[in-house]
Amino acid sequence: MPDNDASTVAVLTDRARRGRASGRPGLWGLLLRDKVATSAAVVLLLAVLTAIAGPMLFGELAQRQDLGSRNMPPLSLHLGWEYVLGSDSLGRSLLARIAFAAGTTLGVSAAAVAISAIVGSIWGMWAGFHRGWRESVSMRIADVIMSFPSLLLAVVILYVFNPSAANIVLVLAITRIPLYLRTARADAAELRSRMFVDAAQNFGAKQGAIVSRHIVPNVLPTLVTLATLEFCYVMLAESSLSFLGIGIQPPDVSWGLMVAQGRQYLADAWWQSVLPGLAIVITTVAANVLAAWLRLATDPGQRWRLQAKRRRRLIASIAPRR
Amino acid sequence: MWSYLRRRILQSALPLVAVVLGVFVLVRLTGDPSKLYLPLNATDQMRADFAARNGFDRSIWDQMGDYFLGVLQLDLGESLRTGEPAAEMVLRAFPATLQLAAVTMLLAVCLAVVLGSWASLKPNGLADRIVSFFSMTAASVPDFWLAILGIWIFAITLGWLPTSGTTGATAWVLPIATLMLRPVGVLAQVVRGSMVTVLGQPYIKVARSRGAGQMHIVVRHALRNAAAPALTVAGDLTVGLVNGAVVVESIFGWPGIGKLMIDSILQRDFAVLQAAVLVTALAIFALNIVIDLGYALLDPRVRPQAAKRRRGGAARPDKHAEVLTDA
Repeated sequence: MPDNDASTVAVLTDRARRGRASGRPGLWGLLLRDKVATSAAVVLLLAVLTAIAGPMLFGELAQRQDLGSRNMPPLSLHLGWEYVLGSDSLGRSLLARIAFAAGTTLGVSAAAVAISAIVGSIWGMWAGFHRGWRESVSMRIADVIMSFPSLLLAVVILYVFNPSAANIVLVLAITRIPLYLRTARADAAELRSRMFVDAAQNFGAKQGAIVSRHIVPNVLPTLVTLATLEFCYVMLAESSLSFLGIGIQPPDVSWGLMVAQGRQYLADAWWQSVLPGLAIVITTVAANVLAAWLRLATDPGQRWRLQAKRRRRLIASIAPRR
Repeated sequence: MWSYLRRRILQSALPLVAVVLGVFVLVRLTGDPSKLYLPLNATDQMRADFAARNGFDRSIWDQMGDYFLGVLQLDLGESLRTGEPAAEMVLRAFPATLQLAAVTMLLAVCLAVVLGSWASLKPNGLADRIVSFFSMTAASVPDFWLAILGIWIFAITLGWLPTSGTTGATAWVLPIATLMLRPVGVLAQVVRGSMVTVLGQPYIKVARSRGAGQMHIVVRHALRNAAAPALTVAGDLTVGLVNGAVVVESIFGWPGIGKLMIDSILQRDFAVLQAAVLVTALAIFALNIVIDLGYALLDPRVRPQAAKRRRGGAARPDKHAEVLTDA
């Protein structure tokens, strides 16, 4: 740098001392700067809190029937706050039912995503790191699972095994593993052939160290983004299965099942299927927005799009002192 | 191309066999099939009779041999509900799904090409943002909920469209609109992405400098070159359409293969389900081959003459050909 004057260096070294190279904010800082992504994260956080606290807070209320106040439209506040979203055909508070069902829907989806992400990623990295027959066999297995519509596969498996929550998680996990497997394998195989891995090997690093220090940190951002995106897909799949009557079974309740149950009252009580569906839409939109943001934020080649404003400010803060 | 196609056929045949075998083994893994078929209060004698009649008392290898022999002779067993041959029921339902899927994909591709090209003309412009927003919504809305919303608004409240059935053109509107949403959303983004790349190529600049109009450039020069990725994704989406068909058909009472599957599951009619899965797997297999052929038609570099020329001539970095031979 020709104009390597003291103040610029001072600013930069100050930032470097604070742990970040040249003013690059961390993920949190970036997230808080993007209003849309922040609101998506807040919505998702609220949904998760509802899923955790809902069954405890509303468990009893969700089961309480009151035939006197059945099929009440939303905003029937004269009956009490719990009827703010109306009531179903048995007079149960729809708000309580939706909050209660959040636990099932999000729980099943999160468990399925976690299992498929962990198994698929480890398997994929293993296959990509070792190459050879391990890779080809893994890829053929992924091809077989992916070549068939996943919902159909789930339908067939759930036909044979009983549709319990645990089986739904397992089925959804199995049908989604190949996605992580393919991604992790491709990334790991590509990283394996890179110079810094060669260098680490030449310096005598053990295989475990190479995987944990060079492969995993580089593959992880992609996989986290994929998992966020997959959360939407799995949630929709669980809802579809429950809607079709081969997912969550009554008396358990999930959003998809509520849409199905409200369907027969569509003519005179639309809110019974429309509102639980809306809950699904809001959650999936939030997860989708967050996934889109994560894809930008974790990709070094795309990250500048989020930092553009920030960088201009950084340049402005240095320039006047020149 | 033929060696490439042969390899693809072998590759696609593997999942086909695996799915059929998997379904066959799955039902026998769960133990006594008579538990699945017969009512709970069936006597032991009934169970034994049932097992003997259907050959379940023989070894699994004998059963498997019989089953595959039957499949080769197009004998897929009989429905437990109606006693009809399962193959006939499936083949009767199949055209309904095929029509639905074909019309949906045709409309989806047309709409996606228009939306995607529109968005690609000005990256990050207003049109691009609108299309991105649409794609994101399309990926987030559950299809069954959209179908119910459509029934509530257009069938019950406004009374414009029928709630279900197949009679008349109006009956097609809601099922197709529901099925179309996701493919259009995904395809529009793919078309946009590849169009942005293609429109930045030097030969587009050349065409512009010769004074070609925007329409001419997009349709004649850009779209054809941007079509390859879209075609691959469209193929995958068509396979995924089966997912949507299961949901949409059972909501709108569409007498297709998806409704048949759900009905046979809910009524534990295993032979029909197995036949439906087999036919669907075959259809997907055929679709994959057709997509590979479509590739060759679209991209001259994959055609046999070109392959021969390439083999004879100097090695040239050729992105599409590499992707294809790797696949």
